[in-house]
Amino acid sequence: MAEKNSNRKIFFNPLSKDNPVIVQILGICSALAVTAKLEPAIVMGLSVIAVLAFSNVIISLIRNTIPTNIRIIVQLVVVAGLVVIVNQLLLAYAYDVSKQLSVFIGLIITNCILMGRLEAFAMSNRPWPSFLDGVGNGLGYTVILVIVAFFRELLGSGTLFGYQIVPDWMYEHGYENNGLMILPPMALIVVACIIWIQRSYNKDLQDK
Amino acid sequence: MENFNLFIRSIFVDNMIFAYFLGMCSFLAVSKNVRTALGLGIAVTFMLVITLPINYLLETYVLRAGALTWLGAEYADVDLSFLSLIMFIAVIASMTQLVEMAVEKYSPSLYASLGIFLPLIAVNCAILGGSLFMQQRDFGSVWTAICAGGGWGIGWLLAIVAIAAIRERVQSYSNVPSPLRGVGITFIITALMGIAFMSFLGIKL
Repeated sequence: MAEKNSNRKIFFNPLSKDNPVIVQILGICSALAVTAKLEPAIVMGLSVIAVLAFSNVIISLIRNTIPTNIRIIVQLVVVAGLVVIVNQLLLAYAYDVSKQLSVFIGLIITNCILMGRLEAFAMSNRPWPSFLDGVGNGLGYTVILVIVAFFRELLGSGTLFGYQIVPDWMYEHGYENNGLMILPPMALIVVACIIWIQRSYNKDLQDK
Repeated sequence: MENFNLFIRSIFVDNMIFAYFLGMCSFLAVSKNVRTALGLGIAVTFMLVITLPINYLLETYVLRAGALTWLGAEYADVDLSFLSLIMFIAVIASMTQLVEMAVEKYSPSLYASLGIFLPLIAVNCAILGGSLFMQQRDFGSVWTAICAGGGWGIGWLLAIVAIAAIRERVQSYSNVPSPLRGVGITFIITALMGIAFMSFLGIKL
């Protein structure tokens, strides 16, 4: 019973209280660059979930045989292998999206969430909790990506998934798309707003 | 002259942090004061200047489609480019380890100031990002790769030192709403600086 509870905690904590992006501040690089549209953001999120879950399991399985002083190289090689698989799959089945994501699929390797979770969790836990931890953290990352991409695409181009949402009569009455939202710096401001909202509800996360 | 232009462009127009948001994790974590920020910035610049030419040579003579022709005509249709991610990250991780050992042996004072940052650099997205951009843009020669690496490194250094200086002031002089303190306000400052850096976009070199 106790184990079940702790597994649930491992899975659900990363979604809000221990979110990798807005609380642990990991994996910001890619979170900002791919969120101008919803579709690449979701593909990116799914790729990160897959890589994170499986690398957690693999590292957790071999955690007792890795020599400590070369563990970073071992972890990087495992992650890089998985990322290459994801990259080739995307090239085969979702060519357009993988063109939009360009180098950022490759950059999953250096996504700090991966190294952070491998070091902090998979190196000291059994495979099944590590898998849950990977999926949970991946989902936490994806949730933030989707929220940011939703606002940026809606306000920036008036569309969602490429379909027009803002009706024509609003444009006729002088509504304009906010071109600034498409630009990368606005992603930072949207994330900052999410942090603001989340921290005003969770007082214990605030600095000082 | 072209390489010099590329160098300047890499510092300002293609700035790693404000144009591509690479290396944000360590950028946010280590920018609390100017001294450590400077140390990390120098280490990143150093690694970019070393790894970019090595990865360029790897890409040109081993990985690219038809790159192995120097071994003999029968290798002309070998394409190893799917291996490039693994090769790049292996070069970066092992160079980090090598540089760490070399610095420790020959310059203990530099090691004392950079020491803790060197292992962190293997997972800094700016370094791998540099290599991936190099692959995407088909650089002409090793010199181009070195110039671009130096430019990106110095751009990163400028950005992190600037943000660290601003954060020191913000911490002591301004009254930020408490949920935004720390990370939140740093995000907003970075965004505003990013918008400012966009004014370099129109410059043609």
